[in-house]
This record gives sequence, C-alpha cells and structure tokens, in this order.
Amino acid sequence: MSFFLASSVLHITLVAAIKIVAFVLVTILPLVAISVWMERRVSAAIQDRLGPNRVGPAGLLQPVADGVKFLLKEDFTPSYVRKNFYWLAPALTMVPALLTSAVIPFGSRLFGEKMVIADLDVGPLFVFAIASLTVYGIVLAGWASNSKYPFLGGVRSTSQMISYEISLGLSVVPLLMIYGELNLGKIVQFQAENGWAMLPLWGGGLGINLLLWIPVTISFVIFTTSMFAETNRLPFDLPECETELVAGYHTEYSSMKFALFFLGEYAAMIVGSGLIVTLFFGGWSLPFGWLTPDSITAHVPWWHGVIHIFVFFDKVVTFIIFFIIIRWTLPRFRYDQLMRLGWQVFLVLALMNIVFTAVILWWIDKPVM
Amino acid sequence: MPYTVKRPKLVWWEKLYLPALASGMRVTLGHFFRCLSGKTKVTMQYPEETWNSHLPDHYRGAPALVTDEQERERCVACQLCEFICPPRAITIQPEEIPRDDNWAKVEKRPAEFDIDMIRCIYCGLCEEVCPEQAIFLRKDYSITGYTREEMVHDKARLYEIGGVRTGLVNKWNELK
Repeated sequence: MSFFLASSVLHITLVAAIKIVAFVLVTILPLVAISVWMERRVSAAIQDRLGPNRVGPAGLLQPVADGVKFLLKEDFTPSYVRKNFYWLAPALTMVPALLTSAVIPFGSRLFGEKMVIADLDVGPLFVFAIASLTVYGIVLAGWASNSKYPFLGGVRSTSQMISYEISLGLSVVPLLMIYGELNLGKIVQFQAENGWAMLPLWGGGLGINLLLWIPVTISFVIFTTSMFAETNRLPFDLPECETELVAGYHTEYSSMKFALFFLGEYAAMIVGSGLIVTLFFGGWSLPFGWLTPDSITAHVPWWHGVIHIFVFFDKVVTFIIFFIIIRWTLPRFRYDQLMRLGWQVFLVLALMNIVFTAVILWWIDKPVM
Repeated sequence: MPYTVKRPKLVWWEKLYLPALASGMRVTLGHFFRCLSGKTKVTMQYPEETWNSHLPDHYRGAPALVTDEQERERCVACQLCEFICPPRAITIQPEEIPRDDNWAKVEKRPAEFDIDMIRCIYCGLCEEVCPEQAIFLRKDYSITGYTREEMVHDKARLYEIGGVRTGLVNKWNELK
C-alpha cells in the first residue's frame, strides 16, 4: 500500500482506521448480534422449543428487529435519578468492552498487515486494566438509579467483579511465565509452532515438558470461571437475575441505554472468549501446525490469512456457545458461595499455581521470566 | 426451635463441582441435539400449523347470535347477558315486536345488539345465562381489526357469524 501514499504516518493512521472499522464495527458488533441470536436459539433448543425463526431466514434478522425496537422505544429518564451518572453508566459499561478488543489478534497477516488493531507488548495487562473500568459503569448504574433493586444489583456486581479480577489476572501469570512473553501476537505465534497451551501435541509442545500442562489446565479453569464472573453470566448471574432483582442494575434503564448495557455484556463475552482462545487455544492457528507462518514477520499468503481469520472466529463462536450452554446447565451461585469461591478458592489456587509453575520451570532449567 | 438442615455428604469428585458439569451438560446437550434433529415436537409453528381441527368441544371462542330453523332470531332482548357480562362488552337496545308480526307474542327483540370484542373476555357467561338459547360461543379465536370501531360486532355481524342452529328448544311455538 505504501507505494501510493505520501508518508508512512498517513499509512499507519489509515490502516489503523480501517482495522478499527473492520474489526469493531463490522466484526464485533455484528458478532454481538449473532451471539444474541445464538443465545436465543441455543437456549430454546436446550429447553425443547424453537427460538425466533420468523424474522429473516431462521430468525437471523431478529437482533436487527430488536435493535430497531430499541431505537424506536421511548427513552425516558426517571425524575429521581442522578442524571449525569445515569447517562454516563451505559457508555462506561460498553466502551471498555469494545476497547479491550484492540489487542486481540484476529488473524496472522492479511496483505502484509497485522490482523490486530494495536500490537502492544503488554497485551493481557492492557486487557485487565481496561476491563476493570467496566466496574465503574455498573457502580454508577446501580448507584445513580436511586432505587433499591439496582442498588443491590450494583453493589453485588461490583464486589463480584472486583473479586474475580484478581484471580483473572493471577491465573494468567503461569502462562506468561512459560511463554516469557506478554505480546499476544507472539504468544499465538509460539502456540502455532509449538502446540496450543491446552493441546501441546506438536512442535516443541509448550516449549519443553508435558508436566507444564497441569498448571496450564488449572490456569485455564480459573481463567474461564473468572471470565464468567467478570461478564456477569450464569452461574455468577446474581447481579442481574430476574428472579431476585427484577433486572438488577439495569432496572431503571429503557431503550437505547438498556441496549448499550446488553451490547456491553455480549461484547465483553465475545472479547473474553477471544482472550481465552488466544491464550489457551492458539488464537488463529490451525492444529498440528498446519498453515503456520514461519515467524512473526514472515510473509503470509492472503488465503492463509483469510483461513486464519475464519479459524479464529470459529473458535470464538465455539466458546460463545459454551458460555450459552453453561448458562442453561448450571444453577445460580448464592452470593456467599460466589464470594467464597473468588477469595478462598480461586485466589489461593492461582497463587499456588504460580509457585507451582515456578518450581517446575526451575526444575527443568528453563529461564523464568 | 433451631432446625438443622441436613447437608448431604459429598464425595471428593462431587466437591470439585466440575465433574458434575459433565453430567449436567449431558442432559442439556441431549435436549439440544434432540431438538435440532427434530425429535422433540413441542412447538406449533403458527400460523402454518393450527389446532383448529382438534379444538376441544368446550372451547370458548367468539360469541354470536343464532337464528333457528324457522328463521326467527332467537334473542328476545331480555338483557340478562348484558347484566352478567363481566367486562360489560354487550350493549342491547330492545324494541317492541309490532302487533301484526307472526311472532308478536314474543313482544321483545333487540333493535341494536353490540358486543365489543376488545372487551369480551370469552368467559361464556352470556351463553350460560341466556334463557332463550340465543347466544353461543363459537370456535373462532383470532379476532383482529385495524380500528376500534371495526372490532365492535353489531347485530348483523353477530347473526352472520352465528348462522342457523337446529335442535334448540322452541318454546315460543304453538302448542300442538
């Protein structure tokens, strides 16, 4: 592309802008719509019924119809809310979810451009930092609504999210120790060449040793469960369940603001699935090292790039379906069980896991980063 | 009095919680695949499939007035149905049957008989209370319209829906 652009700054900006539009507006937001459709159809099939199948072929335009409904609904602000925070809260919930998608590698390379919006060397750190901002959105929503059910929902959700953020961050540390890298793109490249973290069956296989698979599995369990808790999905659904709290922290919201909360929740789910796929299941890579580029900067033929993008989205969609199936399989956790799990089980387990990994790495003489 | 709830004793793999996930998902996924393959037939795809052919006999649909085989309108405007209708959907304006008519001894008939179908709750009390067997609930259930005026069934419409009904008690006929 650079042969007809004047300066490389313009080139970089233009490519970044195209990537942002392509990944966020054209990919993640439609993926939110598709995951809403999948949620309704999969949960319907689990409950022995059919979901929406009238609007569009097999009901695929149902989320579009929902969006139009949200746009046309009356968007009122109750008189008893704190207006500034009431208006700010939905945006604060949705924007961090979309921001965190900036570091996830959607593919290897397409036409020479890296398929990640921001190839940061501190990938997971960025994700955890930005995802913590979602808590502010929920706090403000619960508090500004000035009513008892949102208040309870907001308080519960805040404490739940803060508790599980700790285990979320700590559970990834063993993985980062094994890879020695924080750059998500390089992590995926390593996994493409040496076997996925959860399936180290080819190449070097986690670098060295199959013994490292044990801490990786523990890390995967903690990370996935904490990701469920972070996105307020069942079984950690207490802040927004219907049977207990009308609608939790978004009770007082109508039309577009509610749609933003809804979108934020599903976007967080998608980004969470993307992160799980990137860290544990090799991101965009095919199993057994098929079609793997030779290095992080090697040339990738365009059809390899396209296949990699499709593989990434297949894995993310599988995880989204997993999220949905778990939602309809497990009963909700009681609040004290939830907090006990976050602090007394996962935190301890994550810390022990770090020590365990360090011991294994020392024992097999690999440099610990 | 303190009541201690007996907690079940959990084995180590039950305490881990995750193995229970597998058996739970077996149930859930079983339902999922059974529904996908079409083995579960619970949902009726309305309006392509309806249950019009197997509505139960006692099904309460829209109310209608009937004429009998002697072409007399059965209703005598006694207004009992108007009184008993819970949402007060029925409005009747009675009039006198003129002396020179065949059925002059009946004396009353409705000049106007309106049932507001938006108010009707299909309870069937009007059919139950009618002493003349004049109003019956039919089997049609999807009554729709574009305006409120069009949803008020007047006398002509009610007799049109009701049609002719035979086998009723003809108590106003001449004694043999």
